[in-house]
Amino acid sequence: MKSIKVFGSLIKDSFHEVTQGSKAYHIWMAFLTFVMLFGMFNYGIQLDEGLSATGMTDRVSWGLYISNFTFLVGVAAAAVMLVLPAYVLKNIDFKQAVLIGEGLAVAALLMCLAFVIADMGGPARLWHMIPVIGVFNFPNSMLTWDVIVLNGYLFINITVPLYILIMRYQGKTPNPKVYIPGVFISVFWAVSIHMVTAFLYQGLQARPFWNNALLGPRFLASAFAAGPALIILVLAVIRKHTKFEVPDNTIKKISMIVTVAAQINLIMLISELFKEFYAPTHHSISAIYLFFGLDGKTALLPWIWTSISMNVIATVILTFHKLRNNFKVLYVVCGMLFVAIWIEKGFGLIVPGFVPGPWGKIAEYTPTFVEVSVTVGIWAMGAFIFTILAKTGIAIELGKLVYNKKK
Amino acid sequence: MSSNNKKWFSLNLTNKSNKSESCGCGKEFDSCSDNNQKDGYDQIMDVPMDRRSAFKKITAGLLMGAGAVSTSCSVVSGDDSKEKSSIEWEEYFKGNYKLMTDEERNSTVDRLVRSYELRKGKKLNISSKDAEDDVLFGYAFNISKCQGYMDCITACVEENNQDRSSQMQYIRIHEMEEGKGFNFEESDDNYYHEVPAEGHFYMGTQCFHCDNPPCIEVCPVEATWKEKDGIVVIDYDWCIGCRYCMAACPYDGRRFNWKTPEVPEEEVNKNQHYLGNRLRKKGVMEKCTFCVQRSREGKNPACVEACPTGSRTFGNLLDPNSNIRWILENKKVFRLKEDLGTEPKFWYYMD
Repeated sequence: MKSIKVFGSLIKDSFHEVTQGSKAYHIWMAFLTFVMLFGMFNYGIQLDEGLSATGMTDRVSWGLYISNFTFLVGVAAAAVMLVLPAYVLKNIDFKQAVLIGEGLAVAALLMCLAFVIADMGGPARLWHMIPVIGVFNFPNSMLTWDVIVLNGYLFINITVPLYILIMRYQGKTPNPKVYIPGVFISVFWAVSIHMVTAFLYQGLQARPFWNNALLGPRFLASAFAAGPALIILVLAVIRKHTKFEVPDNTIKKISMIVTVAAQINLIMLISELFKEFYAPTHHSISAIYLFFGLDGKTALLPWIWTSISMNVIATVILTFHKLRNNFKVLYVVCGMLFVAIWIEKGFGLIVPGFVPGPWGKIAEYTPTFVEVSVTVGIWAMGAFIFTILAKTGIAIELGKLVYNKKK
Repeated sequence: MSSNNKKWFSLNLTNKSNKSESCGCGKEFDSCSDNNQKDGYDQIMDVPMDRRSAFKKITAGLLMGAGAVSTSCSVVSGDDSKEKSSIEWEEYFKGNYKLMTDEERNSTVDRLVRSYELRKGKKLNISSKDAEDDVLFGYAFNISKCQGYMDCITACVEENNQDRSSQMQYIRIHEMEEGKGFNFEESDDNYYHEVPAEGHFYMGTQCFHCDNPPCIEVCPVEATWKEKDGIVVIDYDWCIGCRYCMAACPYDGRRFNWKTPEVPEEEVNKNQHYLGNRLRKKGVMEKCTFCVQRSREGKNPACVEACPTGSRTFGNLLDPNSNIRWILENKKVFRLKEDLGTEPKFWYYMD
């Protein structure tokens, strides 16, 4: 009974907290709201017209939505990189980053789910997937595995920080015996969400571009570069605009993780390129399309080469301690890495899987305005959710939000 | 060529008894049929139905609004509109066709017929005929004979009520240059010139109704499956439109309704099957069903009937006297992308 009361009071207080703020904060939230509404409007068009409102066709049947979904699963998984040292290795440095990381994971997961729903032809029939009332093709379909791991991960990432925050909110110390098991599970779980998502593609013998044993590990490496890179950027903003203290050392440690992951990712990229181009087989044709274009169809060239050059430059810069420890350089490099991996794990991965088609047909894919708007809208939704979560979390951590403060 | 010793490794985690029997072109044809399908599902059949009706009640309140909207959109008023929305309601909550009892199958067919009658004032004939015993359908394509007339495509579109506005076609005819072998990369499946073109030959592809279809494994809701007579079908009302099956198909055999399909009323083929050519809606998959509405009545699929050159042969692989068996036994047949282990029931041969 009491816990419900505390929870109710927390909701009330956090609502109060997130509706107060500086002018910049209000402008930021208003902007996000506007973008979200615009995305919803465009989603309405898509619901009305069907998926023909998007650039997808029978030839390229997954596009921007599934690309973003794939990338964001990685961002969500990356939260674990911070959870692990903070709780298990008792590394105090990371404590501040963990709440932010888990908030980011929650926001990223909700975006993932939104992208999948946006991609559905019949979102109203989604209940067909609910076990027992519908039919859940487990374990045959990797998509059902993905549903399980994503929702499970979402559950863990909501409950663990919620418990910690509720305890802090009441001025108590969280009991490690309660939350450490949850943390351990989430560590394994984070690896599984990204591996399962990779298996989704990897298991298709029909698409040689994806049917590649390196896909899963490469997903992990790139995720652990892009995710923490985003966390560094977020921490930079939080450090600047709130009283929340993030020691330099924390950011330096995270940047170390980014560096190692980016280096591993690059090695895997080289391995893939070697396999595809040293002795090209019939199955290398999608890679040829992606990197060099086929039959004058070159839509992906500017994207992938931007991605690769940014990836290489960022990794090289990160490798040098002097450059990495200069925060101004670090922030720029993290931004570059994030964008590079977004391209690489986004349509650099999904679209070439379909081009050329099973009978060699080369049909290119260009997202439509509706599709782009919905995508941007979902990103705004993620940013909106994250801002709310982070603001509440920070207020509690700073002791600004306390249960029964006034009495 | 047959049952147990498959050349690829499969986990068979679910222990489904209907996994094996690829009686394909094997000589033994008696052991292959019955005791397939259902058994595993039969056991759980009652439970999902009960829970579903519970779910129906729970969500009733939630969806009241949606129902009201769809009712108000209709032009018809009074009793008709009431009946219509009640049909829509029942249809929305119906289960997966594969798991339905015969009774449920009949009632959904009745609802679909009635709903069409209410909307268009015309009577449809929708069948829910099951696969017959000792039947396994297969297809053979004579590459030497095909001249690329595409009559099969036209017949297929008309027979199967495919969307006219997006020109959806199940069959693709690939025009290939002679002397280059089966070079799909350089072939053209979208030509608009007089055929047969000098120095070219033609090859048709469509859904190959694989015996080990990758598409049905990946479906998260089991909206697509292999019937007892080997036809790979889709329950259009159960499909959620994720298009995972499309990505999993190595043969470009599947199509998606990117928008509401349009078939002019006078062109609608009213002789339909629930798993075949009944009218689809937007956001669901569809594909070649070997014209299940025809083949289960003992007729040839529309493409076979329409082909002016006789390059298409369809028949029962379990019938030793069928033409298809004669071809498999006397011609040098081959299948496409056999290395993927999909075991298509679609063979090519040359004279």
